[in-house]
Amino acid sequence: MSIQIIRPGLLTSLQDLGRIGYQKYGVIASGGMDPFALRLANLLVGNEEGEAVLEITLMGPTLLVEQDVLIALTGGDTAARIGDAELPMWRPVFVKKGSVITFGGCRNGCRTYMAVAGGFAVPRVLGSKSTYLRAKIGGYQGRALAVDDVLAIGEPSDVGKLFAKRLKERANDSAHAAPHWGITAELLQFYGERSVRVIQGRHFSLFTEESRRDLFQQSFVITPQSDRMGYRLTGPVLQLAEQEEVLSEAISPGTIQVPSEGNPILLMADRQTTGGYPRIAQVVSVDIPVVAQCKPGDRIRFREISLAEAEELYLAREQEIKDLKAGIELKMRSSL
Amino acid sequence: MTNNKYNRQPDVTCHPLGDAAATIEFARRIDPAAHEQVRALVRHLEECRFPGMIEYVPSFSSVTVFYDPREVKRQWQTDENGEARTAFQLVSEWLMRAVAAPAEAKRQAPRIVEVPVCYGGEYGPDLGYVAESHGLTEKEVIQIHSAAAYTVYMIGFAPGFPYLGGMSERIATPRRSNPRLTIPAGSVGIGGQQTGIYPIETPGGWQVIGRTPVRLFQPEKHPPSLLMAGDVIRFIPITPEEYQAYEEEGQ
Repeated sequence: MSIQIIRPGLLTSLQDLGRIGYQKYGVIASGGMDPFALRLANLLVGNEEGEAVLEITLMGPTLLVEQDVLIALTGGDTAARIGDAELPMWRPVFVKKGSVITFGGCRNGCRTYMAVAGGFAVPRVLGSKSTYLRAKIGGYQGRALAVDDVLAIGEPSDVGKLFAKRLKERANDSAHAAPHWGITAELLQFYGERSVRVIQGRHFSLFTEESRRDLFQQSFVITPQSDRMGYRLTGPVLQLAEQEEVLSEAISPGTIQVPSEGNPILLMADRQTTGGYPRIAQVVSVDIPVVAQCKPGDRIRFREISLAEAEELYLAREQEIKDLKAGIELKMRSSL
Repeated sequence: MTNNKYNRQPDVTCHPLGDAAATIEFARRIDPAAHEQVRALVRHLEECRFPGMIEYVPSFSSVTVFYDPREVKRQWQTDENGEARTAFQLVSEWLMRAVAAPAEAKRQAPRIVEVPVCYGGEYGPDLGYVAESHGLTEKEVIQIHSAAAYTVYMIGFAPGFPYLGGMSERIATPRRSNPRLTIPAGSVGIGGQQTGIYPIETPGGWQVIGRTPVRLFQPEKHPPSLLMAGDVIRFIPITPEEYQAYEEEGQ
């Protein structure tokens, strides 16, 4: 049984936590743009946190659910509904066989993640189910989803099955049912932050004093030339003090590199494995989800922190996810 | 910074690439000695990973190592001095030690890979332009391009795309002012001082002088890339008939 795509939306693709270990062969990492939302969506349906989910961009799809499923919606809010009933986000939701889930435009954020208990049964390519659009590999036939595609669903975990069964009993005649608990708003407050934390990039000191100041004092607008590969920003023009040749080398999600015309590029999930422009700064890992939920036209500011602080934040976020994982499992195992 | 402690090689520096990766750099330019150091470290990393290491990416004169700060901190919690160390410090010290260690691993002769290329015609629409702009015949361009041995400095830009060193300046040609929207997979091109092969269909501005029937990127194989950093490649001119035969054989 499966989920059928009635309308695909603007760009809906299967993504997991990415292709690991092949960057040395030039194979990009891919993976969900907002790894926090992706991991939480999976945990909320009893999956491993790195299972493949649907990444829905700006304008969502319409899906026919051909079997009873347990789903979770996280990330940006694309107003998912079944008929007139809006589906809650950041919590497990049971959806009855035959229901049609309609997503709208993004009211908040840019990317919605939909996990299904059991995950999506597509083959792993180079160790990952992520769609790598340019190379046409991974995901569903190496491409974004299209009308009439049918996505097979894998076998849910025991806790996923158990919880789906309980919710089904509660659903009665309703097409869906959800528990009262979910991820609380205070744990998601960081998404509202438009001040993105960065550490200095490798070539920071090569930029003019003015550029270094502008980076933190001015704001930047995300242009329409922004996608899963990276965001092109406009704002104050950033310039090197002296022209300098920089050799291509590895980049990572959040690297901000500056071509000679002076408009920075913030690299994201589908970035190439190497880049040859000077790097002025680097968005810290915990703020990648914030950037992932920004859309063209949004304005962002950068705030500098130290590498030690960035690491502290990284460790704290991982601990938080670990605690959430334990908490969710406990809730799913106890009664409703 | 802690780098000074292992400062036996003053040119070697280690930089954070965000909060979950470190880049160790051997030189600031393309340099055969630095490339040799890159290869030696890569061999070391293939045999011996540190706790928390995820993957590495070699480039012209540096190697970047991605790690999980959580694992690094967990495994190296107890520091001899009891000082709080960042995961980056722990990783960069490990890398510096790995580099400073006497290279007991013998220098390995590079792997030599022959790449058949059908030059000119429909496969290499810019061969004529390259020849003309240097006052050479097409045949001479082919001769010069296929005579050299090229070092694969790194794989990047696209899956399996080799950055090659060693092309003769006599055929160096600026990129096209008007990039093509699609360049077929296997196209062999010249872009400035560099030559390379496009593993997948992509837009691009290089002067396309030929095409290879060999697939550089094979996601179903392991490794998925025909070439690896450190390889040496030679281009072997073939005829269109041979090209066809290769293609049919491949399927």
